[in-house]
Amino acid sequence: MGQIQLKQVSKSFGDVEVIPPLDLQIEDGEFVVFVGPSGCGKSTLLRLIAGLEDVTAGSIEIDGNDATATPPAKRGLAMVFQSYALYPHMSVRKNIAFPLKMAKMDQAEVDKRVANAASVLNLTDYIDRRPGQLSGGQRQRVAIGRAIVREPAAFLFDEPLSNLDAALRIGMRLEISELHKRLDTTMIYVTHDQVEAMTMADKIVVLQAGVIEQVGSPLELYQAPRNKFVAGFIGSPKMNFIEGNEAQKHSAHTIGIRPEHIEVGDSGPWKGVVGVAEHLGSDTFIHIHDTGLTDPLTVRASGEVAFSYGDTIHLRPRDDRFHRFDERGMRIA
Amino acid sequence: MATKASRSAARLMISPAVLLLLGWMLVPLCLTLYFSFLRYNLLQIGPTPFAGWENYYWFVTDPSFTAAIKNTLVLVGGVLAITTIGGLFAAILLDRPMFGTGIIRIMVIAPFFVMPTVSALVWKNMFMNPVNGIFGRIATSLGFEPIDFFGQIPLASIIIIVSWTWLPFATLILLTALQSLDQEQLEAAEMDGAGWWNRFWFIMLPHLARAITVVILIQTIFLLSIFAEILVTTNGGPGTATTNLTYLIYVSSLLQFDVGMGSAGGVIAIILANIVAIFLMRMIGKNLDA
Repeated sequence: MGQIQLKQVSKSFGDVEVIPPLDLQIEDGEFVVFVGPSGCGKSTLLRLIAGLEDVTAGSIEIDGNDATATPPAKRGLAMVFQSYALYPHMSVRKNIAFPLKMAKMDQAEVDKRVANAASVLNLTDYIDRRPGQLSGGQRQRVAIGRAIVREPAAFLFDEPLSNLDAALRIGMRLEISELHKRLDTTMIYVTHDQVEAMTMADKIVVLQAGVIEQVGSPLELYQAPRNKFVAGFIGSPKMNFIEGNEAQKHSAHTIGIRPEHIEVGDSGPWKGVVGVAEHLGSDTFIHIHDTGLTDPLTVRASGEVAFSYGDTIHLRPRDDRFHRFDERGMRIA
Repeated sequence: MATKASRSAARLMISPAVLLLLGWMLVPLCLTLYFSFLRYNLLQIGPTPFAGWENYYWFVTDPSFTAAIKNTLVLVGGVLAITTIGGLFAAILLDRPMFGTGIIRIMVIAPFFVMPTVSALVWKNMFMNPVNGIFGRIATSLGFEPIDFFGQIPLASIIIIVSWTWLPFATLILLTALQSLDQEQLEAAEMDGAGWWNRFWFIMLPHLARAITVVILIQTIFLLSIFAEILVTTNGGPGTATTNLTYLIYVSSLLQFDVGMGSAGGVIAIILANIVAIFLMRMIGKNLDA
């Protein structure tokens, strides 16, 4: 079981309110991702759930029991830290066994669980090495191993992949997703990378300045962002926001259109001059200037298009894919 | 840059310094060795004939030698125990965020900068004097018999004084090491269910192992040669109760004017110091190459 409920939880450091009162419900077995720009309070929120920080007001319930005042060790949660926080003087085996040793579990059971965790995470060959002798990805797996042996009610991940290189990050992303499918345990995952959020989450919580901007599945957030912040944060490259006359035509203050919803061709209502094109092979992202709409306007084209810098091209946005926002940046349904 | 020519030029240029340092060490060592084999007393005018192992024999068989060795070991061991354990404790307390941290830290470090003679005299006259000292006054006011520190527990008193001087050193080194401990490790241990004691035992102490080694090694080198504190407080007494090896050498060469005997003692001290150093290196060296 791992159902977590936050009720009117807030956190202040001195006079600074980092997290204004918020409510959040996390269901058992869900993969929830907290995402937001740096300093949005997502790590603080995770640490509040872990119990490493005290809440200023409100209550945290785990499986229906009030855990607000429960010390971190008693909450039944396991955490994977950004720096991995492995114990450098202990072998991999001892690192993974540490929480069990602290729980005074008997040695035979400890050995069984450690061996099991090591084989699940492909660490069996490194079990007697020290963390200093492992690569980043292996260290990451040891940290996860230390979390899974406890069989916690929920896993907390604090930006666990940000210290890995790009290729490894994609691999670990998959491994963590697979682990979630296999264990079927609640996971709360903090990241600033919206790609990680989109690919891994069952439910994304978008935070800005401690405030929950929107909660929903990845596709909900992509298709129907509740406001301009979420619209701009989710999706890569970023959504184009257009104000002025063009927005007036759609009776909105601002309209947004994603780069992938604009077609490039010889004819179309918009036209502009090609600026920098980013070729990814599968796609090409073109920055277009002098459209009179917004500068630059980003457009996704297929990988094989051949435009030169300075060419004039026409654009045709897909009419059903416009997002409309009012003066306050809120979505108009 | 590191061409063959530049390397030999470098060697050529540092050689005067190396030779100077070598001479600086070798000349006194050889002179001490030489004197230790002479019958050489400053009170006797005349030739200083070769004496063989005589000086060594008399120095080692002197009953005060055994006492001095024992006192030296108790002094070093006692001060090491107090300063390492106390320093650990003080470092953990000082590591916490609190009001006036900067000033408190300076105050804690201050005793290290007081000269040994001065600190020993302050302790002797203002704290440990049975009549005028603070401890004596407190004991009297509470109706107890005051302790005559240098009469009843002379070696322990010296250990207290020296510990007071060296505690700040241990604290400073251990505090610096403690501050380099990754806080996330402590938090991870906390999540893993480790209470305060387990966090200290399994996380902090192993992290501090290297710093503790450094503290013990450096202090041992200095504590083997404690002298000023003894000279200004007890003069090695009562009897030989506070005579350590350094003080015994001083007694033979400068109170009995027996240069030969003093030199023999000096050579023995060098040998003992090296034995201790080898043991320490072996014992704790494992920690250094972790």
